[in-house]
Amino acid sequence: MAEKNAEIRYLTPPSVDVKKKKYCRFKKSRIKYIDYKDPVFLRKFLNEQGKILPRRVTGTSLKYQRKVSTAIKRARHLAMLPYVTDMLK
Amino acid sequence: MICNYETVFIITPVLSDNQVKETVQKFKTYLTKNGAEIVYEENWGLKKMAYPIQKKSTGFYYMVEFKTEGALIEKLEKEYRRDERVIRFLTLKMDKYAIEYAISKRNKKSVKTEVTKKEE
Repeated sequence: MAEKNAEIRYLTPPSVDVKKKKYCRFKKSRIKYIDYKDPVFLRKFLNEQGKILPRRVTGTSLKYQRKVSTAIKRARHLAMLPYVTDMLK
Repeated sequence: MICNYETVFIITPVLSDNQVKETVQKFKTYLTKNGAEIVYEENWGLKKMAYPIQKKSTGFYYMVEFKTEGALIEKLEKEYRRDERVIRFLTLKMDKYAIEYAISKRNKKSVKTEVTKKEE
């Protein structure tokens, strides 16, 4: 009896989350320059309030994260992206 | 040293079309007079801005790409500040990747316009 109890049986096998490896999209698709004139593209790196998303969320490498942030800041200066909002997406 | 620069400026929406053209022309002639070579220019037209600037929610955007000495930039920006019609501007030096990107973008655009012309 003791042996039987020790063995736990599941009806459905427990699902173990396989984490998808994040990657830097700029390195992958070999984009060298991030354009500040394209607010639609830059929107991917913003959250709903218009804040810049961290690297740990987007998976961008440090080199390109810096470029993304300057591009976003330039776009904000030219009023192509908002500094603060709500419900951007 | 001669470098490539790119400048974008926003003109107030209260002006008529002719006045906008005049303003753009003024800055272009200012550049060429001071020894700059205009590589490319683009009119983005009247666009809605993400937030109001000087209580205006729209503006005429104009982009100019040019080659010049670095000393001219300061003068150009001073000229922008003096002009009431310009409500926002941004000038930046283009690195090699920016130049590459601009050229490829231009080529794509010219191909596209050719295609549309053919279709017509």
